[in-house]
Amino acid sequence: MAFNYTLASARDALKKREISAVELVDAHLSAIERLDDRLNSFITRTPDQARQAAKQADEQLAKGEGGALCGIPLGIKDLFATENVRTTAASRILDNFIPPYESTVTANLKQAGAISLGKLNLDEFAMGSTNLTSAFGGVENPWKRKGSDARLVPGGSSGGSAAAVAAGLVLGATGTDTGGSIRQPASFCGITGVKPTYGRCSRFGTIAFASSLDQAGPMAQTVRDCAIMLEAMAGFDPKDSTSVNKDVPHYEAALDRGVKGLKVGIPKEYRIDNLPSEIAALWDNGIVWLKDAGAEIVDVSLPHTKYGLPTYYIAALAEASSNLARYDGVRYGERVSGKSLDELYEATRSAGFGDEVKRRILLGTHVLSSGYYDAYYLRAQKVRTLLRRDFLQAYEKVDVLLTPTAPSGAFAWDEKPTDPVQVYLNDVFTVPASLAGVPAMSVPAGLDSQGVPLGLQLIGRHFDEETLLAAGFVLEQAASFTHRPTLHAGVSA
Amino acid sequence: MSNYRITGNTGEWEIVVGMEVHAQVVSQSKLFSGASASYGGEPNSHVSLVDAGFPGMLPVLNEECVAQAVRTGLGLRAKINKFSRFDRKNYFYADLPTGYQISQFEHPIIGEGKVEIELPDGEVRVIGVTRLHLEQDAGKSIHDQDPTRSFIDLNRAGVALMEIVSEPDIRSPEEAGAYLRKLRQILRYLGTCDGNMEEGSMRADVNVSVRRPGEEGYRTRCEIKNLNSVRYVMQAIEIEAERQIDIWEEGGTIDQETRLFDHVKGETRSLRTKEDAHDYRYFPDPDLLPLELEQSWIDELKAHLPELPEDKRARLEKEYGVSRYESAVLTAEQSVADFYEEVAKGQDARLATNWILGDFFAALNRTGRSIENSPVSAQGLRELLGLISDSTINGKIAKEVLEDMVETGESAQAIVDRKGLKQVTDTGAIEKSIQEILDANADKVAEYKSGKEKLFGFFVGQTMKAMKGKANPALVNELLKKMLSA
Repeated sequence: MAFNYTLASARDALKKREISAVELVDAHLSAIERLDDRLNSFITRTPDQARQAAKQADEQLAKGEGGALCGIPLGIKDLFATENVRTTAASRILDNFIPPYESTVTANLKQAGAISLGKLNLDEFAMGSTNLTSAFGGVENPWKRKGSDARLVPGGSSGGSAAAVAAGLVLGATGTDTGGSIRQPASFCGITGVKPTYGRCSRFGTIAFASSLDQAGPMAQTVRDCAIMLEAMAGFDPKDSTSVNKDVPHYEAALDRGVKGLKVGIPKEYRIDNLPSEIAALWDNGIVWLKDAGAEIVDVSLPHTKYGLPTYYIAALAEASSNLARYDGVRYGERVSGKSLDELYEATRSAGFGDEVKRRILLGTHVLSSGYYDAYYLRAQKVRTLLRRDFLQAYEKVDVLLTPTAPSGAFAWDEKPTDPVQVYLNDVFTVPASLAGVPAMSVPAGLDSQGVPLGLQLIGRHFDEETLLAAGFVLEQAASFTHRPTLHAGVSA
Repeated sequence: MSNYRITGNTGEWEIVVGMEVHAQVVSQSKLFSGASASYGGEPNSHVSLVDAGFPGMLPVLNEECVAQAVRTGLGLRAKINKFSRFDRKNYFYADLPTGYQISQFEHPIIGEGKVEIELPDGEVRVIGVTRLHLEQDAGKSIHDQDPTRSFIDLNRAGVALMEIVSEPDIRSPEEAGAYLRKLRQILRYLGTCDGNMEEGSMRADVNVSVRRPGEEGYRTRCEIKNLNSVRYVMQAIEIEAERQIDIWEEGGTIDQETRLFDHVKGETRSLRTKEDAHDYRYFPDPDLLPLELEQSWIDELKAHLPELPEDKRARLEKEYGVSRYESAVLTAEQSVADFYEEVAKGQDARLATNWILGDFFAALNRTGRSIENSPVSAQGLRELLGLISDSTINGKIAKEVLEDMVETGESAQAIVDRKGLKQVTDTGAIEKSIQEILDANADKVAEYKSGKEKLFGFFVGQTMKAMKGKANPALVNELLKKMLSA
């Protein structure tokens, strides 16, 4: 049965020719057809290219050739430019943009033999934690609360990626994480997501939100799946000056290292007021699981944590306001004409950007403005340095940190707070690692009382994804999260 | 101190000028992309996806542009900042694809330096350089192709520029002109900018204010943007200073603003006031790491730096005995200096200097050629001067030969051979000629002998004429003296 595979087991089955790439891809394509009109996790489906690629993969596999991901059906967050395939960033302003180039991350995946089934939905320009800001409609989380058919959000911004993986429409998906955009939707959808160290994956060809924070990463069912994908995605790229020239380790091999003797830090500042007791309890479970596996638990302090959210929203939006200036209707993308250049800009950007993007451009412009720069942008940069130092000091005592991924489980579409600041609070546990540039991941660890998944977050040292993955693997084994969402490819309609 | 003054209705005024010169860096490709940085080409033919600001494209710093900026800094005897950073200058314009220009705002690559200028009266002044930073050029908007639409050419978008900012040390239009010429000369010597102002490779913004002589501090300045010739710079400064003086003298005040120079109407016009000034929202470009230079890399560049104009000048004076004035002319362009040295090396340097500054430059002017496409090569001129030195021809004949060389491209030796211009050094033949002249002018000989010695020149001229100019002038003199006193 095609839908009992993880990415790793599918890889092995393909190698052993227990299943063909064509069968695997066809099964997933039909699942997309069956489920995705409802889930809306794809913006653009590319079944013809996928079938073509599957045939080629089978030819390679038959000869015992093919890369690490040969024949594996993936979904690509629609923030990665894909050559000759529409790339929208879930924005009207790029409605019909077809790039003549491929992002480095997707090129790396292709090189490894992965097959893209299409482009996945997200919050517009990756700005959001609900996937409801997409110009192509929201994404439905395949999970349901017990006894309720209310549509839940998948989290965001990589909501389409998380939902597609959770529903079994793809074996893995690319995500991007700026302040939690991989980890929070992974938590909401009961899957695993890794935000690597800043600089580990090239940003070339990935549509920028906040350049100093954006980092691509894998989203998949298991820690092993993520390890396999990350190894293919990562690597130095001379086309991205911020990518780091370090060898990419064999991540899958690190999974069996275990946590014996590892020091796991529990940052006290993450035990915030109003933390739901279910999440606090889950966190305690995580502590016990790691301890039982031989880890030493150490209380640590990250004193500047409370400044994380405001610092993040200033730094990220300042960069975003500048990064999004290029969408002006002059050279590509949508254009709404006007009598003058200024009118063209106004009309194009008014029509092309959604409310959340406009809000963030305005905020970002404000914090960089003359008279406000020192109070906001400059101060945020200083605090960012302190936040980073918090982590470096903690890593003098411990090897990895354990926290909840998000302060809640998935909420319903119509429960999204009307106050944007309330929505921003979703990122409280994820933004500090982003600001510090350290790697972090979310591992599904349990269900809340309503039957909705919750994740735990592990945060590692710069470029030490191996320890992170090893700890994640232990957590995964201990949690033995085998639940499946209501809407899943393996469940007949 | 300069004593340039403008006399207004209420007395004398001094002008204060600082300049920002934008110099296009000589490099194969653009500052942050692999597209060609060469001038011209079909519109939008030198444009990469990075230059056009496509989604997900990232800038990658071109090391050669950094080296060029450092070479320039070394040439300006400036501080090389081992740490510098690129910032985004945010504004919207159709020919600015990303909506921001990558520039260096807070931490420029080059710090304080200086430029020595020499004024016509020989006075040397030092103009301080505040800083030099690297930045991207923008594209070009074309408004005259269609009645309702504008077109964009991105060929220049992303080309590396050096912005060189001076201190407000300039006190006259002449000093401004001298500064710009000197800067251009240094950059051309270094090979870091071709200095071609017509093609826009160098343009200047000038900040002008006026004050009373002896007055402390500066009054409000106005910036005149985008001047693309030395002449316009000098004119614009004078015109702007006079405008400001009129306003001050009428009891008005100057508003800080940006102005344009209209060379046809001979006036400056307001472009935008301080209130309209953009808020550029500078911040460090997060796509680029700070630029950190290693001393060894800087030293390497320094070791291979070409000889600078001032050093060359001093050397020419020492090695070839040229005057201060001559060295200035000979080193104005590196190509002239190179040409000169090729001609003069191991030769009679005085002869070479006189010939190059005299007849050779005259020939260039006459034919409208420059040293780069001179009708006579340095080797050719060297040969000609050699023929003078070894007395094959005399100077007068040499002038004729040079004209022939310019016209026909033949070598000096070939012309001398073909036309039989070899100097006559046969004393018998010269004596014979002199005797004929003396015989035919017995009256003048008598006058000469009675004391009218200036007639000597007449006899020389007649003899040379009779010998078709080919006689060795020294021999003619010597023999004439002897025969007249006989």
